[in-house]
Amino acid sequence: MQNNKNRLRHLVTACATAGLLGATATTAVNAAEPVKVGVMLPFSGVYAALGNAGRNGLKLALQQNAAQLHGREIEFLELDTEAKPERAPELASSLLDKDKADFIIGPVHSGVAMGMSKVLRNTDAIMIIPNAGAAAATGPLCAPNVFRTSFSSWQPSYPMGKVALDAGYKKVVTMSWNYGMGKESLEAFEESFTAGGGEIVKQILVPFPKTEFQPYITDIAATAPDAVFVFFAGGGAVKFVKDYDALGLKGKIPLLGSGFLTEGTLDAQGDAAEGILTTLHYADNLDNPTNQKFRQQYQDAFGKPADIYAVQGYDAGQLIAQAIDKLGGDISDRKALIQAMESSTIDSPRGLFTFSKAHNPVQDIYLRKVEHGENQVMSIAAAALEDPARGCKL
Amino acid sequence: MDITLFLFQLMNGVQYGLLLFLIASGLTLVFGVMGILNLAHGSMYMVGAYLAWYFTNTTGSFGMAAVISAIVALLLGILIERTLIIRLYRRNHLDQVLLTIGLIFVFNALQSLLWGNDPLGVAVPAWLDGAIPLTDMIEYPVYRLFVSLLCILIAIGMYLTINRTRLGMLIRAGESNRDMVECLGVDINRLYTLVFAAGVALAAIAGIVSAPMVSVVPGMGEHVLISCFVVVVIGGMGSIRGAFVGALMVGIVDTFSSIMLPQVSSMMIYILMAVILLVKPKGLFAS
Repeated sequence: MQNNKNRLRHLVTACATAGLLGATATTAVNAAEPVKVGVMLPFSGVYAALGNAGRNGLKLALQQNAAQLHGREIEFLELDTEAKPERAPELASSLLDKDKADFIIGPVHSGVAMGMSKVLRNTDAIMIIPNAGAAAATGPLCAPNVFRTSFSSWQPSYPMGKVALDAGYKKVVTMSWNYGMGKESLEAFEESFTAGGGEIVKQILVPFPKTEFQPYITDIAATAPDAVFVFFAGGGAVKFVKDYDALGLKGKIPLLGSGFLTEGTLDAQGDAAEGILTTLHYADNLDNPTNQKFRQQYQDAFGKPADIYAVQGYDAGQLIAQAIDKLGGDISDRKALIQAMESSTIDSPRGLFTFSKAHNPVQDIYLRKVEHGENQVMSIAAAALEDPARGCKL
Repeated sequence: MDITLFLFQLMNGVQYGLLLFLIASGLTLVFGVMGILNLAHGSMYMVGAYLAWYFTNTTGSFGMAAVISAIVALLLGILIERTLIIRLYRRNHLDQVLLTIGLIFVFNALQSLLWGNDPLGVAVPAWLDGAIPLTDMIEYPVYRLFVSLLCILIAIGMYLTINRTRLGMLIRAGESNRDMVECLGVDINRLYTLVFAAGVALAAIAGIVSAPMVSVVPGMGEHVLISCFVVVVIGGMGSIRGAFVGALMVGIVDTFSSIMLPQVSSMMIYILMAVILLVKPKGLFAS
């Protein structure tokens, strides 16, 4: 077991982003000791692309903001979670106890987030979640040292209820895989949709990770609702959108979704995705200078276009840099560090955002429509939307 | 459920079942004739889909890509049999399982290195990109009907080859007594290479024709492998006819349970398998 652990654990001491720029800036406190940033993301397996994007974004932000680090170097300790929840507690413990990491960035997968949170909440390390949307992480399991730079599962889906009502839809079928993120997304949609007088005529939960959607879509056609709201992501999103089109429902029953339905999947979905409406806290072609600059720099640095996962990792990096800057490089007082982080305003490619009491982003959610293979921003579906953080006592 | 809806769902089930048959037939053929349990069979399905994607992009034609991919898969099958599987014939099933599980990891790693981990998609070829309207709401895509037809043709082709040709006779003979066939002057090694490559090609063809209907993603092979084993076990290990009947049963049961018993639908095909094994412990058509 021990051996196995050592083998899997590939520890990278990537160095000296602060280096030259920082050294001239100030006489830094503890300059000799690097800030230890543990990274727990999936670098292999199905979510590898997401993990890599998050890591790239994180590193880019810390490089760009090197001047803010007051001479502190950053030491990255990278562990591959493989998106396996059962590995999470062990990996998190080793970063916490053995490496004494100051910050631990991760994960992508909500199950892994639960495992990490169990070990890390109320400890000395600051946990920053750059993707996993599980409501619990900033809900019942919220803690002073746990931050999130992505979203809660509630945030992207809640505004769609109002969008659907405004479009005049009264009866909607909802559908997703039968797992946490999917169910939480459907509930968030249902919450705002039924509050405004809409009716969920059927909720379909497909066993994860099954992708034989045809029977369900046939069933939707027989139900003939005003619209369909779904949560699917990745390969499942591609398959669902293709099946929906192939059985002829596209253009007859409008398809609405949480934004992940059309993130990173549009090439594979092709024409089948045209016209789909989604809500999300980001869109690739969002028209603001920070986003344009970020996308250009990301492309130059890594040779591929940035995506939402890169943005979320980038903002985790910005959050760290900003907090270190505020404290003049000395992050030994954890209380002061947490305060500095809580009061941060992040100039994100998605637009400015702040943090709620539960440490979740308070952010705009955009309504997007797929046109010519791109998510075109139509409007802001909900401005400065704050997760209700149900069950959080902070 | 009214009668139209019932018929639609039956079509969905039969279509899914036929595709399952195409994948499972290769698995059961290789097991039946050679006694080799190929866990990497699902990987061949994945390889087929990725090759179809790759060659569609490079040649610009799905039809051409399908032919090239099938040939590449056939050659890959020959290569694997000649270099690896050949060492397994005199060994037990555990060794076979170890090697073929290893192959799953190798193919997954290769897929990740060569083609990345993003979901990919293949467009339905233009000449099959129509749909037949069935009601105001539902239409049935021509491509999916075409795939079902292809599966039926391949099933008939396999039946005729095995039952009506000299090659089929040798295959059946090899199945029951390898040594005797060898004594009669037949080059059994060549026969095995052929059968294994055909098994690989069948899985790959299933992957190729699936590519425009599914998302081409990492792990697609493992998912399908489990359903295939259910099909093969229900039908009786090694029986092509059993695979056909088993696949249709699994397809139809899975489709209807998804709609009528959504809470337990993921268990239903395993319950079906368990019930059948209680009545016929070796499967429906065990030889």
